Amino acid sequence: MTDASLSNAPAAPRSSRSLHTVDERTRKRNASEKRFRAYGITAILIGLVFLAVLAVSIVRSGMPAFSRMVVDIEFTLTQAQFDEAESQLMKTSAYQEFFNAALQERMESAGVTVPFDAAAVERILGKTGGTIREFYRANPDRLGEPVRFELPAASRVDGYYKGRLSRDTMVDSRFLMTTDLDIVDAMHDAGILKRGFNWTFIQGTDSGVDNPGGAGIGASVIGSFFMMIVVLVLSLPIGVAASIYLEEFAPQNRFTDLIEVNISNLAAVPSIVFGILGLAVFIQFMHLPQSAPLVGGLVLTLMTLPTIIIATRASLKAVPPSIRDAALGVGASRMQAVFHHVLPLAMPGILTGTIIGLAQALGETAPLLLIGMVGYVAREYPDGLIAGFTEANSAMPAQIYTWAARADVAFYEKAWGGIIILLMFLLTMNILAIILRRRYERRW
Amino acid sequence: MDDMRLTERTVETNDSKITARKVQVYYGDTHAIIDVDVDILDKAVTAFIGPSGCGKSTFLRCLNRMNDTISVARVEGEIKIDDEDIYDPKVDPVQLRAKVGMVFQKPNPFPKSIYDNVSYGPKIHGMTRSKAELDEIVEKSLRRAALWDEVKDRLNEPGTGLSGGQQQRLCIARAVATEPEVLLMDEPCSALDPIATAQVEELIDELRSNFSVVIVTHSMQQAARVSQRTAFFHLGYLVEYGETGKIFTNPEDPRTESYITGRIG
Repeated sequence: MTDASLSNAPAAPRSSRSLHTVDERTRKRNASEKRFRAYGITAILIGLVFLAVLAVSIVRSGMPAFSRMVVDIEFTLTQAQFDEAESQLMKTSAYQEFFNAALQERMESAGVTVPFDAAAVERILGKTGGTIREFYRANPDRLGEPVRFELPAASRVDGYYKGRLSRDTMVDSRFLMTTDLDIVDAMHDAGILKRGFNWTFIQGTDSGVDNPGGAGIGASVIGSFFMMIVVLVLSLPIGVAASIYLEEFAPQNRFTDLIEVNISNLAAVPSIVFGILGLAVFIQFMHLPQSAPLVGGLVLTLMTLPTIIIATRASLKAVPPSIRDAALGVGASRMQAVFHHVLPLAMPGILTGTIIGLAQALGETAPLLLIGMVGYVAREYPDGLIAGFTEANSAMPAQIYTWAARADVAFYEKAWGGIIILLMFLLTMNILAIILRRRYERRW
Repeated sequence: MDDMRLTERTVETNDSKITARKVQVYYGDTHAIIDVDVDILDKAVTAFIGPSGCGKSTFLRCLNRMNDTISVARVEGEIKIDDEDIYDPKVDPVQLRAKVGMVFQKPNPFPKSIYDNVSYGPKIHGMTRSKAELDEIVEKSLRRAALWDEVKDRLNEPGTGLSGGQQQRLCIARAVATEPEVLLMDEPCSALDPIATAQVEELIDELRSNFSVVIVTHSMQQAARVSQRTAFFHLGYLVEYGETGKIFTNPEDPRTESYITGRIG
């Protein structure tokens, strides 16, 4: 017996392991965890790289839309000249002559020696006569005093400075000749022609296909705005009410399950299907005005409802049942418990869901195209509040689509500029959602 | 145990406030409460004791029809408060719950101000006509819950900012604000520390001069300290019901004796 204890026992010896030495298993586990962390960081970096590329390309392509070349000139029209021009048959050409004379003076005083004629001016600046005449007819009190005009240059001149057009590749046409480029360069050196902010892009309406320079997104922004009002006013009450019913009051039977399944499925329906639905029901059956923000709003309401319902249900479910029990215990009815206690606590979640739903709706294009809210419809601002809903208009994404589809390269930068404006709206709405959520988040 | 009693042991000749006859409760197919007959006395504290899962909380919730909110629960039998069957279709559960108040195990004040917590019940039941009356009711309820002195300067602060014991007393104040006739308490002290527990127990004894109190408790010592009548539940049956002193010193049923001496539950 004593001999057995002296020999090496087959049982493994309990060697005491120091905590300071890393054993094999731990080393392997640490290595695999480190690898996993590296994968995660790589994934995030790839995402960020794509995001950066997207942002840079959007900004680079879209920024030119916000600036344009303008001729900055001080021009005085006396009352006598005004009367003389108005008395003529070809009124705008009279104004044109006065303007050309002033421009000639200005060029000479700036030391520009390149010769130019009225035809060249028209090619470079467009029909300035009409612009000047409209201004003085609207502001007759400015006659006789110097007025500073910022007249936009023609699209091709604009393109020349933005790199779309170059001397080597251009072909002389009735729109622009190579000699005009000399004049333009001279004006630029003299400081008469310079880069200014493109207000027309922000405030204007869509222009014809032949006038890319005059295209503006203003009317589409108004169209989107009216559409969003319709969506908000309709989808929020309907969505919240439906959600409250499903969550609190609906009996647990097959019919309720059917409703819930269908609502979840609605969230996945392609948006163009809603467009066809809108066309068939709202425009053809109910005879609502075509291309109206009202119809666009109705279609987008249908699309946003599932989002709001799902977000509201999640918020309602997140309210602890103890609050409901407490309210019932004090003698509140189901309705009172929901409206006085559960709903206020669920409000932050509901708000966030609504704003996100609205932001999604803002960017929808396909259904709007089918109901006629395409770009070229946005030719003028609506007259009043009611007209804002019923008059044909476009929305920002549809406008961008129309511009991008046009042949003229100048519209291309307008499309990118429109994208920048749309993204600014979306960013604002999402930031608002985050701020609201943070502010009203409760801990109980 | 004698020196721990706060209340009298003598028999009180009060009327029955709540009478329950042949009450059955089913959760789906499970028969959770079987053939319970009990008379709850007015202006007295009745304790329900028993091991976990024996059905005491379930039976308590029958008394103010809170089981209605559970869709799979079914109650049969007769429960009368003041000789009126509360499961009669004519009875509105909302009105019933104004008459029978409830305090839950975990303090659950509304995430509103202390004032709004207490005034909510009276407001929705239309018990007051003016703000002054409402202020009065709030003060009275908070005094009854022995909380007034601690919170009278901060009535507009959120109720969730109080300590655990204070929160539970706030819930008690909220429950008594609607002037109920019966107060149901489901393990009100289980989430509280000993000092807060002692305060609440003192409160319960004071409350019994105005209300009929039914308290479910896990602690036999608490039942012995605070109640006049005790009901012992086991596996869904009401095994024994009688004066607290008798139950704890000389129980009739052997199951009661096993529970009290710690052999079961």
